[in-house]
Amino acid sequence: MSYSRKKLGKWLRALSAWVLAALLFFPLAWLFLTAFKTELQAIADPPLVAFAPTLENFAEVQVRSNYLLYARNSLITSVASTLLGLALALSAAYSMAFFPTRRTRGILMWMLSTKMMPAVGALVPLYVIAQKTGLLDSLTLLTLVFTLINLPIIVWMIYSALKDIPHEILEAARMDGAKLWGEFRNVVLPLTRGGIASTGLLCLVLSWNEAFWSLNLTSARAGTLAALIASYSNPEGLFWAKLSAASLIAIAPIMVFGWFSQKQLIQGMTFGAVK
Amino acid sequence: MAPAVAVLVVWMLVPLLMTIYFSLINYNLLQPGEHSFAAWDNYLYFVTDPDFFPAVWQTLVFLSTVILFTVVPGILLGLLVNEPFPGRSIVRVLLISPFFVMPTVNALLWKHMMMNPVYGVLASVWKFFGLTPVDWLTDVPLLSIIIMVSWQWLPFACLIFMTALQSLDREQIEAARMDRASGVQRFYYLILPHLARPIAVVIMIEMIFLLSVFAEISITTSGGPGNESTNLTYLVYKQALVNFDVGVGSAGALFAVILANIVSVFLIRVVGKNLD
Repeated sequence: MSYSRKKLGKWLRALSAWVLAALLFFPLAWLFLTAFKTELQAIADPPLVAFAPTLENFAEVQVRSNYLLYARNSLITSVASTLLGLALALSAAYSMAFFPTRRTRGILMWMLSTKMMPAVGALVPLYVIAQKTGLLDSLTLLTLVFTLINLPIIVWMIYSALKDIPHEILEAARMDGAKLWGEFRNVVLPLTRGGIASTGLLCLVLSWNEAFWSLNLTSARAGTLAALIASYSNPEGLFWAKLSAASLIAIAPIMVFGWFSQKQLIQGMTFGAVK
Repeated sequence: MAPAVAVLVVWMLVPLLMTIYFSLINYNLLQPGEHSFAAWDNYLYFVTDPDFFPAVWQTLVFLSTVILFTVVPGILLGLLVNEPFPGRSIVRVLLISPFFVMPTVNALLWKHMMMNPVYGVLASVWKFFGLTPVDWLTDVPLLSIIIMVSWQWLPFACLIFMTALQSLDREQIEAARMDRASGVQRFYYLILPHLARPIAVVIMIEMIFLLSVFAEISITTSGGPGNESTNLTYLVYKQALVNFDVGVGSAGALFAVILANIVSVFLIRVVGKNLD
């Protein structure tokens, strides 16, 4: 194979990668553009690419549907469920990683299996319980549900982060007379900070985007952004620009998070089967 | 480890036992107080519902098509961006972005801005080529939802294959090239075996998430027209929260649990190997 042919092949590959990536990204780029159009420009035929951008839609989204309330709900539920999940999982993973028993493996596998239970299997009982206890449409209930659906992933990721700590380091710390809490705070925590951070990031992404439970268990009071956007499914006149503006501010923060945590995302979602 | 295990036990067992209990009694939210024993009536009712077999069938068609639409292009894209080229990191970011879009945004973005038969981008493309625009959600509702969901999950598959390809033995590939193995041969004998496990993982993770696709259906077609885009999850939701028949909904939910369990047995085998 001649040198120039090889080079040409390389350029062709790069070009096709660029074109395909642009095609996949196109709907998001379009969403971004439409968010800055007026409603009339949004439905122009043929579609408009060049126009004078306006920020009007963002203001209108806030007025029409109290965007900030939903954003606050999304923020509270995803942060609270992540912190709660991390607190629960840290102690569990700690004892599983450093004091394993014969049943540890079984418990880990069983945790994974809870993730397989389809959400709809728990929908009816949870709905009935929520209705009877008055927790329907409350941030407390949603936070708890998010914690529970993410807990297996958190335990698995922290477990594998702890497993990577060399045993000799812990031995040395114990020799030097470190107590359990001291060992945890001064040795284990600094060594797994990266793992814990990326686990948290992953959970934030998953909770923020969760749609099944937030659609079925909330309405006006505890609705998250995913639920707010769903309210745009029934058209009221021209609304594409407003829909785009609302969608853009709903997905932008978590997409940036996602770009940084893509590696951990894969590890977490596959329970460490692909590294 | 006790608290985490305890809450998960409660989370697993309480809803499951309640679902089993509800499925055996007559329980309609509109008729309070009446909880007589129903034996198998709810199951019979759910299975003989004319929407039941279409829903199961559509669940399976949806599942296999999305898997096909994500795994095959995912491998090809993964191979395409595996070698360094100018702007590779930007291409990666563009490729994986759709995966971080929440399902409700995904559904509405496609329903309105892409697939609207008059003003949508796809309609403009069709008109540009002199074709009659397709009314996607009315004429091909299941395919439309397959496209939306594949758009979201292709990046996931691609990202996994990109990660897995990083650990491919380069010297082996180089040696094969020296021995004049063609591109197809190198793919078939070296790359594909290396990707066997990631492919299995992608298929199973997608099965678990796709069995319970809900928002994309509920927001775009509500399972219609007729029942053409109803899946099992949506049918259960309809029985329980639209018709308020908790008994029948619970019976249906147990079908979904059984279906998911069959899938998960295999996944647990694959992932379990990782523990040793």
